[in-house]
Amino acid sequence: MKKLLIMVLMLAMVLAFAACAAEEPAAEGDTAAENDPADNVLVMATNAAFSPYEYYEGGEIVGIDAEIAGLIAEKLGMELEIMDIEFNSIIGAVQTGKADMAMAGMTVTEERLQSVNFSTSYATGVQVVIVKEGGRVASVDDMFELGDVIIGAQEATTGDLYCTWDIEDEGLGTVQRFNKGADAVQALLTDKVDCVVIDNEPAKSFVAANPDGGLSILDTEYALEEYAIAIAKENIELLAQVNIALEELIADGSVQAILDKYISAE
Amino acid sequence: MFASLLDAFSVWFAKTEAQFYLCFVADDRFTRYILSGLGATLKITFFALIIGITLGVVVALVRVTYDKNALSMRKGLGRRLLGIFNWLAKLFLTVFRGVPVVVQLLIWYFVILASARNGVNVAIVAFGINSAAYTAEIMRAGIMSVDAGQNEAGRSLGFNYMQTMRYIILPQAFKNVLPTLCNECIVLLKETAVAGYVAVTDLTKGAYIIQGRTFVAFMPLFAAALIYLAFVMLLSWLFGKLERRLRASDQR
Repeated sequence: MKKLLIMVLMLAMVLAFAACAAEEPAAEGDTAAENDPADNVLVMATNAAFSPYEYYEGGEIVGIDAEIAGLIAEKLGMELEIMDIEFNSIIGAVQTGKADMAMAGMTVTEERLQSVNFSTSYATGVQVVIVKEGGRVASVDDMFELGDVIIGAQEATTGDLYCTWDIEDEGLGTVQRFNKGADAVQALLTDKVDCVVIDNEPAKSFVAANPDGGLSILDTEYALEEYAIAIAKENIELLAQVNIALEELIADGSVQAILDKYISAE
Repeated sequence: MFASLLDAFSVWFAKTEAQFYLCFVADDRFTRYILSGLGATLKITFFALIIGITLGVVVALVRVTYDKNALSMRKGLGRRLLGIFNWLAKLFLTVFRGVPVVVQLLIWYFVILASARNGVNVAIVAFGINSAAYTAEIMRAGIMSVDAGQNEAGRSLGFNYMQTMRYIILPQAFKNVLPTLCNECIVLLKETAVAGYVAVTDLTKGAYIIQGRTFVAFMPLFAAALIYLAFVMLLSWLFGKLERRLRASDQR
């Protein structure tokens, strides 16, 4: 009975999806072919709560991703428009043509490559572990050896993905997935989680923002990752253009200059 | 013409099948995120409903008793106590109906129950108490809608105030508010979709997690939507059945 119900639901879902997807390719073809050169605006989707890659400063979105996107748009002879949207909705925006590309500190994985294309990687991120003084976790090894550790992470970020693979899938503990990195850190402060795995740069700001919390970043890095730009599968032309522009910008050192500017200034 | 249409369909079908596999079959994602998320959603809804109805009835009784009786009561401790309870009930309604449920949930999780480690339990408390505020007003409307003669009849039969409430007024009130109560249950079930804010993997969060893993934008959302829809339909069917059962005594 349960299985039958699941089967029926799945079938209904596929049909519902069919109704929507059937019209999609034509519409998307149109946007890719006409919109881009015609209105000459390059829309980049991001979630501006990820300092120093993208964040608000005086009502404007700035950061590493924003500046690199600006340079790419310049190379393509287009005007850049930044769309700030929930992290979960970024891919939907790209796939429906509401945005042309997405830059949000996104890591390339096998599974994601089946749904979108990624550009050449433009930055290397470091995932670190934040712990609380006197808490259960005092080193990266503790996470694997203590058993039943509870790890806080921002949902769908690399920290979440890696901890799910390394720890949850191995039965060594659980991952609590928060909507924002700040919420995960708040949970660490109130002992709801044993440690937080998050990108190095935001981690530094969180620790600095809570001087009385007894928080510290472990010296051992948790993982390294490569950030890249996500572009819809159908939009092969834009992918090629972006890759050419990005490779030029990496070769002439402008990308490195932007990275140095934001990361050393922190 | 027909052949090319068929071609397009088979291409689309292969693509959808691949997406379906990626979203739900690979890595056991359907069980891990959708089914376990559904479990959390149902658990939160069920227990929040129990808290909501229990607390809601109590608050409604205080409000109704005060509105109907306070003026005719003798001056003294009883009347003053009732006045205080009524004031507390009104404060409760103002606060819990006046603040968005997501904000309440975050305050419960990070401030009031800061030492609690289990997000599901916090969500049960937050949604239960929020729902109680709405249920209280629903129940009050139900009690007020019962004709005053019913109360007089009960009292003249020798029942005291509480007995009249328990055996005569509340059963009729409950029958009157059933459709509205069903509404509240449906709203509650769907409202729990924000439980993800406190790291609970509920049905919506489960769909988001699959989205984040696979970057397939819409299929996980459709799965969640259909499951919510199915459970709302089940709920209204159950309430319909209950309504018919309770109305059996009307047609004599």
